[in-house]
Amino acid sequence: MAEYTMPSLGADMEEGTVIEWNIKPGDHVRRGDIIGVVRTEKADVDMEVWEDAVVDRILAKPGETLPVGAVLAIFRGETEAKQPAPPPSEAKPAAPEEVEHIHASPLAQRIAKELGLDLNRIHGTGPHGAITQADVENAAKAGEKPAPEKAPPTAAAEAGLPERTAADVQAGMRRAIAAAMARSNREIPHYYLETRINMDRALRFLEAENQKRSVHDRLLIAVVLIKAVAKALNEVPELNGYWKDDRLQPQESIHIGLAISLRQGGLVIPAIHDADTKSLDELMQAMSDLITRARTGRLRTSELTDGTITITHLGDLGVETVYGVIYPPQVALIGFGRIIDSPWAENGMLGIRPVLTATIAGDHRATDGHRGAQFLTTLNRLLQEPEKL
Amino acid sequence: MTESAIREAIFKGLKKIAPEVNPGDLAPGENLREALDIDSFDFLNLLIGFHDSLGVDIPESDYGKLTTLDAMVSYLSQRVT
Repeated sequence: MAEYTMPSLGADMEEGTVIEWNIKPGDHVRRGDIIGVVRTEKADVDMEVWEDAVVDRILAKPGETLPVGAVLAIFRGETEAKQPAPPPSEAKPAAPEEVEHIHASPLAQRIAKELGLDLNRIHGTGPHGAITQADVENAAKAGEKPAPEKAPPTAAAEAGLPERTAADVQAGMRRAIAAAMARSNREIPHYYLETRINMDRALRFLEAENQKRSVHDRLLIAVVLIKAVAKALNEVPELNGYWKDDRLQPQESIHIGLAISLRQGGLVIPAIHDADTKSLDELMQAMSDLITRARTGRLRTSELTDGTITITHLGDLGVETVYGVIYPPQVALIGFGRIIDSPWAENGMLGIRPVLTATIAGDHRATDGHRGAQFLTTLNRLLQEPEKL
Repeated sequence: MTESAIREAIFKGLKKIAPEVNPGDLAPGENLREALDIDSFDFLNLLIGFHDSLGVDIPESDYGKLTTLDAMVSYLSQRVT
């Protein structure tokens, strides 16, 4: 048996509200399936499962606000026997009524709901006639008419929660950022280092790459920087990890958190998983997907919990240097400003080069300036050989 | 394709990125990216939209020719078939 608990989606989260479940007891779920939605101060976030399992019990009802770590549901292994029925007060399945007797994957249920399709009218091709994601998408393409209902109530309304206005969301966002940043400044003794990097080779590499590509496949300089940071962390791993239990806990996997600003104000920091092992094309795809979903409120729990370091890239604005605030429990934040044509002395000659100022904000409990300097030196070296990234 | 149709395609792309803004309120010579707070990612998506809706593939070297609404209309008008 495994407990599914209220996830901690960042240093700024103390509690969350269950908005909806896409599962009910007895459902088989696969690793990565979206099983419900949880509301934080910042956003509504899709909850994922971490392994294949069977839903045993759902303990948290839609609309319930619970602290981080509270048990929301119980899962069992696919071969485990079903447990005795829980007390009625705990065992209220929360799946929508209209799909209760239909075999459909949680993802298929969710997509059908979003598209307004009636699952009763979709033919399932999965195991035992279960309706799959592909079945729903095919039905949508085939022009299956939306269920003949009035506009369905939102999940939040169904959960008895008031709809949040833009002002509510904005206020919640600011409160969450305030909590995280105040904690960071209170707890973390920051040190700052910066270096100027000649981006001539990196930009020429990018230009040559993009000339070969259609506009759909073009790369942005941001992915070159993400890859360089990820590879530099392979050489200076002390900066990739967390400060927990009064000690540095370096992480093997490199999950780069990207500070993504939102049009309505505020920011979120979802992570690109295993950035060091991804090609530039894969990173571009991952970044595009992440930014798109961050700005449409469709992030997943793992993306908000797994970041091992953060990059803030303010190059699109006029800012030259970024002095960031570390996102706890991480121990470093890398800042990039705008690439600016600047005087540059090389081999005794003065010329003009595109120059990027890279900074590191480091947690002095975890590392010293020496490590930070090693990181920036490594980053600079890697960006001088962009074709090897 | 008429200039007004091109302008409409541009407005549609801009609305997708900045739904809170009325592109018609933009001054013709205003810097679009600054006025609408369009970052590199949004800008690339705007160009992908032009490629799909107008059939124009804009090389990276021409990005500097697309800074204002007027410049964008003029650039696309010369290339739309």
